[in-house]
Amino acid sequence: MAAVIRFVHRSTFSCRMGHQCLSSSCSAAVPKSVQVGSSAWKALPERVKIVEVGPRDGLQNEKTVVPTEVKIHLIDMLSEAGLPVIEATSFVSPKWVPQMADQVEVMKGIRRRPGVAYPVLTPNLKGFQEAVKAGAAEVAIFGAASELFSKKNINCSVEESLQRFEEVTKAAKEAGVPVRGYVSCVLGCPYEGKVSPDKVAQVAKRLYSMGCYEISLGDTTGVGTPGGMTEMLEVVSREVPVTALAVHCHDTYGQALANILIALQMGVSVVDSSVAGLGGCPYAQGASGNVATEDVVYMLHGLGIQTGVDLTKVMDAGAFICRSLNRKTSSKVAQASCKL
Amino acid sequence: YGLLLGTMPRRKHVGNHAVSLFFQHALTHEYPEYVKIVEVGPRDGLQNEKEMVPTGVKIRLIDMLSETGLPVIEATSFVSSKWVPQMADHTEVLQGIQKHSHVRYPVLTPNMHGFKDAVAAGATEVAVFGSASETFSLKNINCSIDESMLRFQEIICSAKQQQIPVRGYVSCALGCPYEGHLEPTKVAEVVKRLYELGCYEVSLGDTIGVGTPGSMAKMLHTVMKEVPHSALAVHCHDTHGQALANILTALQMGICVVDSSVAGLGGCPYAHGASGNVSTEDVLYMLHGIGVRTGVDLSKVILAGDFICEALNRKTNSKVAQARGECW
Repeated sequence: MAAVIRFVHRSTFSCRMGHQCLSSSCSAAVPKSVQVGSSAWKALPERVKIVEVGPRDGLQNEKTVVPTEVKIHLIDMLSEAGLPVIEATSFVSPKWVPQMADQVEVMKGIRRRPGVAYPVLTPNLKGFQEAVKAGAAEVAIFGAASELFSKKNINCSVEESLQRFEEVTKAAKEAGVPVRGYVSCVLGCPYEGKVSPDKVAQVAKRLYSMGCYEISLGDTTGVGTPGGMTEMLEVVSREVPVTALAVHCHDTYGQALANILIALQMGVSVVDSSVAGLGGCPYAQGASGNVATEDVVYMLHGLGIQTGVDLTKVMDAGAFICRSLNRKTSSKVAQASCKL
Repeated sequence: YGLLLGTMPRRKHVGNHAVSLFFQHALTHEYPEYVKIVEVGPRDGLQNEKEMVPTGVKIRLIDMLSETGLPVIEATSFVSSKWVPQMADHTEVLQGIQKHSHVRYPVLTPNMHGFKDAVAAGATEVAVFGSASETFSLKNINCSIDESMLRFQEIICSAKQQQIPVRGYVSCALGCPYEGHLEPTKVAEVVKRLYELGCYEVSLGDTIGVGTPGSMAKMLHTVMKEVPHSALAVHCHDTHGQALANILTALQMGICVVDSSVAGLGGCPYAHGASGNVSTEDVLYMLHGIGVRTGVDLSKVILAGDFICEALNRKTNSKVAQARGECW
């Protein structure tokens, strides 16, 4: 009665999209052969850098507009938790993102802890200049691996966006300001569906070549699974060294931690996450978005991986922002935190 | 943060280097071609739901699940209704469901009395529930591990004579709400005993969902020295959000049977408001995404989940069901 085990080499799995997975036949997608060599299996990193995106990516996707002082206090609490990088705000036009309209006050109001980086999003040269004026010492630019997503999200093609970003990276280089690059839709696009890993690699490589010190690969709609993550990282890491890669997983389909585990196994040692799992999915009403920092840290510590992060303090910060937003935490670790 | 802090500091810090070596040695770098899903929603799930569910609803749920392609559906439990009122209608449920020929319907039998009632009601497969923790055994089933093994021996003996397969469960495989960390060797000992008594399969339960891929790998590595991996299953709780990562680890180590619960039914009795069982929908989504066959139709499972959540007047715990493909 035991199940018959026939092993299929990992190279024969296929990259499947959300809607295709709804049927058990799954025969619509022909398995792709992907050579996953022994280089895919590196030792788990000894240390992982957590990039906390709650105050920016998280709050940006929350409906309730958060008072400036609450944002500042959140960031200050996160600074005390040992997080090495906290994405503080975004220098986009408040017309597009009202939640980030107080960008300058937030930058000036936070207590910057020594050793902690506070990158801010800068979609174009204008945003970059304002960010620097407001005291930003690191910036981030946001590309996409999908043409449709690029057009709908930032109103231009991928190529046009990369040209805009080159202006930013050039100016940043002159000013001695490090730049982090993001690529959205690395495991699927809400408009295009499947996204080719080659396209992801292409965009990642351009951002890296123009001077981004790190590229964060975003599973924007959380449709990715360990299969797709492996395939995508294999291809991208041929163009960008794995030490310069980060993963930004959304938990919309509950796959985030499994995807992060795969990324760690493949040598990635930078993980983006959001305190309390702030930030729903703008493409699926009621669905979750960012993976919760608490749950990521719990897993990493359980693996014996150092993060420098104090989980209890992150949970305190999560509790604070959830009270302010009058919402429940999306972190399972936080939900479980009660006395027996 | 009692549950969290109470468990973590007692965990031995093995060091990341050892864990890495562990993964490198233990991982086959391959996934099983096929994974058997054991659906525990109607029993383990409902048993841990506060709302009493009418018999008709339970039967309908199981019937819907039978249509999805799930190969095993744990139907009910022949425990005393005094202890588990939710399962008081065990006989009516077992006799009321439409039994599909390609589906098995194991039922829990904690003792000979329950076993006899189960057989009389038409059960063709049973399950026995042991524990790797002495304290948990005492608190949960009122006897020591040794005493429980004697009870199970009786059941398994009788089951063998009637050609009724017996599945074993071991709770607290990755941590105990009372004892905290448990040595993998202790877990392996209990698993081995159940296997040698005659259980065809032993399901390793992370009862309070405190496990992580690190502790899962270590535990499986030790257990697999005593019992073949083909006779093992993992029963992961998602209380700390670790279930899918833990299941992935188990698959990488050669496990090919996974327990899960439709809609993630069944909260955690040890942490108020926390989640319990991992949802079948989320497991299926991951498995299909890796290219593993299950024979299960995810959209039909989502429908069954919708049905039971409406009946229970609660939201689903499945993220896949919540997302419902509205991303496109």
